[in-house]
Amino acid sequence: MEKWMKFLEVNAPRILDLTIEHAVLVGLAILVALLIGIPLGIYLTTNDYLAETVLQIASVMLTIPSIALFGVMIPIFSIINQGIGFVPAFVALVLYSQLPIIRNTYTAIRNVSPEMRDAAKGVGMKTHQRLLRVEIPNAFPVIMAGIRTAVVLNIGIGVIAAYIGAGGLGVLITQGISRGDNYLIISGSVAVAILAMIADAILLWIQKRYTPKSIA
Amino acid sequence: MITFDHTTKTYEGDVTAVKGVDFTVEKGDIVVLLGPSGCGKTTLLRMVNRLESITDGKIIIDGQDSMDLNQIELRRKIGYVIQSNGLFPNMTIEENVMIVPDMLGWGKKEKKERFNKLMEMIGLSGDKFGKRYPHELSGGQQQRIGVIRALAADPPVMLMDEPFGALDPIIREKIQDEFLQIQREVKKTILFVSHDIDEAIKMADKIVLLRGGEIMQYDTPSEMLVRPKSEFVYEFFGKDRAIKSLSLHTIENLKNIIGLAEFDESIPDTKTINIHHDLRNTLSMLLNQEADQVIVTDDAGNKQGAITIDLVQKYLHYEIKGKTNVVQKG
Repeated sequence: MEKWMKFLEVNAPRILDLTIEHAVLVGLAILVALLIGIPLGIYLTTNDYLAETVLQIASVMLTIPSIALFGVMIPIFSIINQGIGFVPAFVALVLYSQLPIIRNTYTAIRNVSPEMRDAAKGVGMKTHQRLLRVEIPNAFPVIMAGIRTAVVLNIGIGVIAAYIGAGGLGVLITQGISRGDNYLIISGSVAVAILAMIADAILLWIQKRYTPKSIA
Repeated sequence: MITFDHTTKTYEGDVTAVKGVDFTVEKGDIVVLLGPSGCGKTTLLRMVNRLESITDGKIIIDGQDSMDLNQIELRRKIGYVIQSNGLFPNMTIEENVMIVPDMLGWGKKEKKERFNKLMEMIGLSGDKFGKRYPHELSGGQQQRIGVIRALAADPPVMLMDEPFGALDPIIREKIQDEFLQIQREVKKTILFVSHDIDEAIKMADKIVLLRGGEIMQYDTPSEMLVRPKSEFVYEFFGKDRAIKSLSLHTIENLKNIIGLAEFDESIPDTKTINIHHDLRNTLSMLLNQEADQVIVTDDAGNKQGAITIDLVQKYLHYEIKGKTNVVQKG
């Protein structure tokens, strides 16, 4: 225990810095993933054929081992001199979060009852009014569930990003492994777990706060 | 006024749902589209506000071809009520009812006044229910809200797709009466889909009986019961047509034709019934009471005479069966 105290005394600022770095990487990736995934998910509800294809591609994306995907990013981004570091890690995380976000958005909007959609059309709502006033509010909990999955997934996968020099909490773990330092490995892992739990709790709060009471 | 001019709907793969339908719904009338399932009645209704496209022919609403209007504006001018009430669960009752006025850009005060007036019409308190959500209301209340939402922007035309079909019989009857009361006041031109013969007879000024997308007969309920134009129409209204037709006649009609019986003061605990009750309800009352007579009163409560099962039977014979021109079964 005494050793732990000493370790943390020395390393706490660094752990905190890396946690912030990790959160920023994942946060930005999710933000961009949302900007792509939600409109795409909504659009796919109007195009069954494309929906099938896109969801399959997104599924395949998720089955690629993360370390391999990060590896593939290096030669691709070397072309623009961004082979290692933030950019390839960021892009890989955006790709990984697409499936839960697109699929949940698509499913949620699709599952809005046909009667309700009919009623919305029948009272003379334009397409965007129908989406904003009826379909998205009623699909909100399921869309949020997809976002939460994506965030937790990305916080975990973000650890691997340390291998391509993107920093974050993975740095502690990779260093720990190469030096045989259990303190580093454990502190890195625990920090990742805590970050994931906090992020999920915040998103759950948002989900509950903004879900219409009547459909919760 | 809604005019259907050779209106036709064909789906891909040559399935014709509506075949060249011609008829006119007069201003202020309720016309019920009636028929077996798959007869095209709902499709025909949904073609009016263009939730279904028109393959051929026209629908003219108050002199204007529906295809000449912008689809969104057209729908905002037509009240639409559906069976599952179609209320938006994420909106309060007030937001739901005021959705069309809101999209039309009405002022806040104007909306509030209209909302309270509409709620008054269905006997609910606007202050009490306005902030509640649909799931907090009973099925009957939700359906009433669905009806006033359609009336909110005071559209001249209303489309009602089995609006009371999901309610239990007692509530349904009550809301039907309530709606007829409202209709006497607002006088909308209404197209009403039903698969319930009794409902059609009760609600309709005229009935369109459809089969396979074609009109079998377009007539008033009594004409249709008394003078069916084909065997299909005859069969559709069934063997109890005579009893059904009783609901179109009141005790007053009977009194004017054959007169009431003298009431026997010596019978204890005799029930009374208002003279404006229809004969069908009167008959079931007579049968349920197992009473020989029920005393008929006018609106002021004065005893007008008594009604008996015999009298109803006699009236049925003279007034209804006597007129019937039945197509003989071949």
